[in-house]
Amino acid sequence: MESGNLAWILISAALVLFMTPGLAFFYGGMDRGRNVLNMLMMNFYCVLIVPILWVLVGYSLSQVPFENDFIGNFDAFMLKNITEAGDGSTLATVAFLGMFAAITPALISGAVADRMKFSAWALFVPFWLFLAYVPIFKWVYGGWLGQRGSIDFAGGTAIHVNAGIAALAAVLVLGKRKAGAAPPHSMPLVMIGTGILWFGWFGFNAGSALAANGQGAQAFMNTFLAAAAAGSAWVIVEWLRDGHPTNLGAASGIVAGLVAITPAAGYVAGASPIFIGLIAGVVCCYAVKLKNKAGYDDALDVVGVHFFGGLVGSLLIGFFSDPDFFKGSFEKGLFFGGDTGLLLEQALANGVAIVWSFVITLILMLVLKNTIGVRVSDEPEYNGLDLAEHGETAYHS
Amino acid sequence: MKLITAIVKPFKVDDVKDALRAAGIAGVTASEVRGFGRQGGHTETYRGSEYAIDFVPKVKLEVLASDSDAQRIVDIITGAAQTGKIGDGKIWVTSVDSVVRIRTGETGEAAI
Repeated sequence: MESGNLAWILISAALVLFMTPGLAFFYGGMDRGRNVLNMLMMNFYCVLIVPILWVLVGYSLSQVPFENDFIGNFDAFMLKNITEAGDGSTLATVAFLGMFAAITPALISGAVADRMKFSAWALFVPFWLFLAYVPIFKWVYGGWLGQRGSIDFAGGTAIHVNAGIAALAAVLVLGKRKAGAAPPHSMPLVMIGTGILWFGWFGFNAGSALAANGQGAQAFMNTFLAAAAAGSAWVIVEWLRDGHPTNLGAASGIVAGLVAITPAAGYVAGASPIFIGLIAGVVCCYAVKLKNKAGYDDALDVVGVHFFGGLVGSLLIGFFSDPDFFKGSFEKGLFFGGDTGLLLEQALANGVAIVWSFVITLILMLVLKNTIGVRVSDEPEYNGLDLAEHGETAYHS
Repeated sequence: MKLITAIVKPFKVDDVKDALRAAGIAGVTASEVRGFGRQGGHTETYRGSEYAIDFVPKVKLEVLASDSDAQRIVDIITGAAQTGKIGDGKIWVTSVDSVVRIRTGETGEAAI
């Protein structure tokens, strides 16, 4: 690997790591003031435990060997197959992919906010990583879903649809918050979290080119444009519908656009990211209201933003994919001279990920519920998880 | 001696403080409080969901005064805090048995 490519992957890995604290503040600001530290800790816990699990066997099972259909093997257990630093390319790739593994379970924390026992979360994360993330990641990247022709540039199916549908399964087992929903305790925290997420997402998407090249630069542009378009769309919808252009609407739209462009970032160009962003912004702005009608308590809208945003972006590849622009070997989308083949493969890949992730998460949560329990008792739910679960208080007055 | 307690709109606090200071009033205690009166609460919309905010932010001002000054202070606060709109707040006056200035031990009106 050339030094320029290596430098970009290492920088991108650090950018993706920074997204987890960004997500923590995005969620933490939206949460109640008495539960904000619990939310931060659920996120930071993922960057404590996942890097170790990733190097232990996560990377090996999800990527070694690359051509395995369903699951890897133990050849890279504890990275024992990397016997010398070499040009650094393998080490950089393992680290870069490990950052994705860390943030994916963290995405689910927003759904279970305000009521999940931290001990249950501490067990949920490693089990979910190996039972849901690792297999789906393998199938999409190198495995049978990828071999069939579906594409997922930086993790729309493998990360956002996967975590988004898992969030739904988790809250169905967990149940509703007894104290109900509350407005964000700190909108400034939400906004700084959004800024950090957007910044880090350039590493997430443009870094997924795994090279400092034209595809990476286009992924960078797409990350820039789709988020802006989705943020604008969300704000316009709520300004017309609810009467005010809100900060939370801007933040939510930006994240929805980032999620939607993730699977498409290296496959679309020109004005396509703007259309993808606009569609994602409108869809997600309405999707976050589904929970009120359907009755599931997805506290901070992981389903509405990540599941729907990821699904919309992944399916829109079937329309906007433009291999000629990239001189790429992937299929053309419907708007660029292709047939429905790619769209159907995208639908299949997401369908498989949805069913697997939902069922596995449901079983995992039910096992936890019937063994150690998944909910805090009533008193900490009303008095705050920060003090009960962590012995800390965010704000002293 | 009297204790004048006023609940006012937060954005009027500086006007009240300036008016009291201009009139030579020696001290005020201010606290951020929440409550509801005829104004009621309001709703805020986040991601399209409305949340009822039942308690409205207000500032509570407490001023100690001699009996002869009390009415003048009530008038000053009323004048400075009034917008004419619902939610301007209230002022009430209560009698005070004793006052001590901690630094000197002075008591009564000398301590005000």
